[in-house]
Amino acid sequence: MTLRQHFLATAALFALATPAFAIDLEFYFPVAVGGKAAETVQALTDNYMKAHPDVKISAIYTGSYVDTTAKAITAARGGNPPELIIAGAADMFAFIDEELVVAFDDLVSEADKAAWLGGFFPAFMANSQADGKTWGIPFQRSTPVLYWNKDAFKAAGLDPEKGPANWAEMVEMGKKLTVKDAGGAVKQYGVQIPSSGFPSWLWSGIVAGAGGKMANAAGNETYFNSPEAIAALEAIVALSKTDGVMAPGILEWGSTPKAFFEGQAAMIWTTTGNLTNVRTNAPFPFGVGFLPGLKQNGAPTGGGNFYLMKGNNEAELKAAVDFVKWATSPEQAANWTIATGYVAPRADVWETPVMKDYVAGFPQAAVARDQLQYAIAELTVFEGPKVTQIINSALEAAITGQKSPKEALDAAQADADAILKAYR
Amino acid sequence: MRRAWGQAWLFILPAFVFLLAFTHIPVVQTLIDSFWSTAKGRRPARFVGLENYAHMMADPIFAKAMINSAIYGAITIPASVGLSLVMALFVHRRFRGVGLMRVAFFTPTVLPLIAVANIWLFFYAPGFGLIAQLRDLVGLAPVNLVGQPATALYAVAAVTVWKEAGFFMIFYLAALQTIPEPLREAAAIEGCRPWTFFRRVTWPLIMPTTLFVSVNAVIGAFRLVDHVYVMTRGGPDNASQLLLYYIYEVGFRFWDTAYASALTMVLVAILTVVGIGQFFAADRKVHYK
Amino acid sequence: MTRTDTFLARVAGWMLALLWVLPLLYAIWAAFHAPEFEAKFDLTAPLTLHNFSRAWEQAPFARYFLNTILLVTMILSVQLVLCTLAAFAFARLEFPGKNAAFALVLVQLMVTPDILLVENYKTIRALGLVDTIVAIGLPYFASGFAIFLLRQTFMTIPRELDEAARVEGCTLLGLLWRVYVPLGKPAMLAFGLVSVSHHWNNFLWPLIITNSVETRPLTVGLSLFSTTDSGTDWALIMAATLMTSAPLLLGFLLFQRQFVQSFMRAGIK
Repeated sequence: MTLRQHFLATAALFALATPAFAIDLEFYFPVAVGGKAAETVQALTDNYMKAHPDVKISAIYTGSYVDTTAKAITAARGGNPPELIIAGAADMFAFIDEELVVAFDDLVSEADKAAWLGGFFPAFMANSQADGKTWGIPFQRSTPVLYWNKDAFKAAGLDPEKGPANWAEMVEMGKKLTVKDAGGAVKQYGVQIPSSGFPSWLWSGIVAGAGGKMANAAGNETYFNSPEAIAALEAIVALSKTDGVMAPGILEWGSTPKAFFEGQAAMIWTTTGNLTNVRTNAPFPFGVGFLPGLKQNGAPTGGGNFYLMKGNNEAELKAAVDFVKWATSPEQAANWTIATGYVAPRADVWETPVMKDYVAGFPQAAVARDQLQYAIAELTVFEGPKVTQIINSALEAAITGQKSPKEALDAAQADADAILKAYR
Repeated sequence: MRRAWGQAWLFILPAFVFLLAFTHIPVVQTLIDSFWSTAKGRRPARFVGLENYAHMMADPIFAKAMINSAIYGAITIPASVGLSLVMALFVHRRFRGVGLMRVAFFTPTVLPLIAVANIWLFFYAPGFGLIAQLRDLVGLAPVNLVGQPATALYAVAAVTVWKEAGFFMIFYLAALQTIPEPLREAAAIEGCRPWTFFRRVTWPLIMPTTLFVSVNAVIGAFRLVDHVYVMTRGGPDNASQLLLYYIYEVGFRFWDTAYASALTMVLVAILTVVGIGQFFAADRKVHYK
Repeated sequence: MTRTDTFLARVAGWMLALLWVLPLLYAIWAAFHAPEFEAKFDLTAPLTLHNFSRAWEQAPFARYFLNTILLVTMILSVQLVLCTLAAFAFARLEFPGKNAAFALVLVQLMVTPDILLVENYKTIRALGLVDTIVAIGLPYFASGFAIFLLRQTFMTIPRELDEAARVEGCTLLGLLWRVYVPLGKPAMLAFGLVSVSHHWNNFLWPLIITNSVETRPLTVGLSLFSTTDSGTDWALIMAATLMTSAPLLLGFLLFQRQFVQSFMRAGIK
């Protein structure tokens, strides 16, 4: 059912009878990927309400992640917080710091703590729990993977069924895949690692692959100028500067899939959120693999969690928790994953028959799940947005050749320290 | 006379109720907030005097944003005002296809800037973008216009000029319609050259509009940042960081309300000095009939 | 002007127009072709309406159109009344505090209501108007832009006309209605176009202050397509943009002749 039909159907229902709801919930959700995300969330709440006639959930679409947080904080400061929101997992400490959210732990039974909270992939829980409490429930979570163009591999004399296993291999393959015309202008680059807007996300994958980490679990210390971090940034810079396998400058995140489809880049790094997009639009067969690491496999997690907002009574919050539990149950989460391309956050979801069928028909979808065992949390610290902006600017400065990687990262670490020392 | 005052105030009262409620009171609140620290859940706001302003003086991103805003203004204000007048002169009289030409100039006002920013991103995209394709035709290497610090600000400013010139054109078009046709005919008969006519008659007559447009161009140079969000997010490394975009970032991404308030007050102060100053300085000289 | 001059001016005009309309042309190209032609300008590429149906299905656009039309009509009507009254006072009446009051009007031009989000949300909530169409419009009712524009226009109206009207026993309101409003029509029309376009395309404040399908404008539906995490789907965005902007473009195309003729008739001498 489309949203529009849905609206008409609901309007018709209301015209017939207006049932008295015992509990009325507001639920803000962002949409960050194409396809049917908004419709699927709407259908999810509709189905829940059908099964629970005493609860009414208004699923309110709230723009991007940033817009959603803006709306939630504005509403909270205006004394009118929603009960439930989906917002960036990386914002956990910011929400704790603002005292905007309440932990799930006190609202779930002991049995559920083990069976439900314990059932999520640890990589996703890494930035959903802090101080021994669970602040977020993983839902629309993603992780980046490498996509490669099998036709381009064939043309370059490479095995089209095998992507690069590590960074050195990626550079080697990249050199073979970089095609120049008679005048020396590059027609096809070997690889594209987009760097616009939030370069720290993909960079943290390289850091993880070098054996490093972004931050401590308490969220008050960053490791921006660790040897692993510097090596990771030097590796990106080298791709265009010395290896010559990637276009110079900041590369747009949004147009990266297009560059892939157009044959401008033979390998791209992007989110699993693009799986459906690539599957529909790539005019050639493609492979999906783990991010190649400098030393080992490594990747960040990303995406959004459910949060409960302060300023609501216990009955409302308990009802919200019940909905979250239902939405992350195997059957519902499987539908969600298939509709959007997000990574199903629990092992039991992957065991459902629908999910097994899906993976059988589209094995690339399982790559993200298998990569999770090597994943670290994306940068999740206090004053998260500010610290993330600092590191993003530093990465951009190094990628565009304004500063050396070490110089840029030393400065970023000093700036981050200045902010985070208040939280130690 | 008293009665006239009373009447005048009655005329402006309804507008002022809304201005007070939705602009002035919130601005005063913002001014107050700028002297306090940002309240976090565990730490209530405390009075910090000028600390937020002192922080601003030491903030390199703020300095960068100020310099960029100045460059951005220096490009976009004269370019958009000048082009808008040229466009209005092109289309203020009727000829075959004038409607289409007007629509062409008007498109920037109609299309939402966020969507437009995506189109420009396509134009600028290295490799497959329109500019890259055109450069390729004449054998030039692709350039990454939004992805390198040397050009990002100018790439963004070009979009602003496109948007603003089309917008101001409407007001010049309206003003040009008010110049009586007989005047032009008489001038033509007397052998007056078009340029002389423009300088002696048209230009003075459209001065009130020029004042209006230029004040708005100054304000627009600070206000128009929606496309920055889509195109560069102020990057790379703050190369296209602008004051208002920085305020959005600090206010609605970092949620540092106090600092955002201080930045807002600086923006308001600049615009007040430049915009209102410009208005009162020029208003006396403008010949209103 | 010689023929060659006119010809050269015309050519320059068309070149500038082409440059200005290029984004629209691209939007039309991308919207009517399959995504694989987003960057391939092949004139034999097959046309399709599929992008439009894809876009139309993703949000209740029919309702959003209705809301947006209600919204822009409401805002423009209130703005015209409030701002005409105020502009008239600033242009023609003398009263103490006039310059200070006008400076306060200009402040509104400079402070975009978007910056005052949190404060304005509190006000709207205190009024009990969260999630209403009226709430979207309230912060924009008194427009500094309109007051400034109309003041500039009214200042150019010859005072002899005032006196004539006053001799005939016109009240101030009568004078405003019979002389200033008719002569200010071109400016009002220009403002109308601008105000309608602006509020047609405004996003952040409506998103924050509304929650339900019954109150939200088109831009909220449009934002569904700016998918920040996955790749940009130009074909879909352009179809959605054309679909939502079409009424404005058509309106202007039909209106622009009217717009210019009405200036001629009003012909301020």
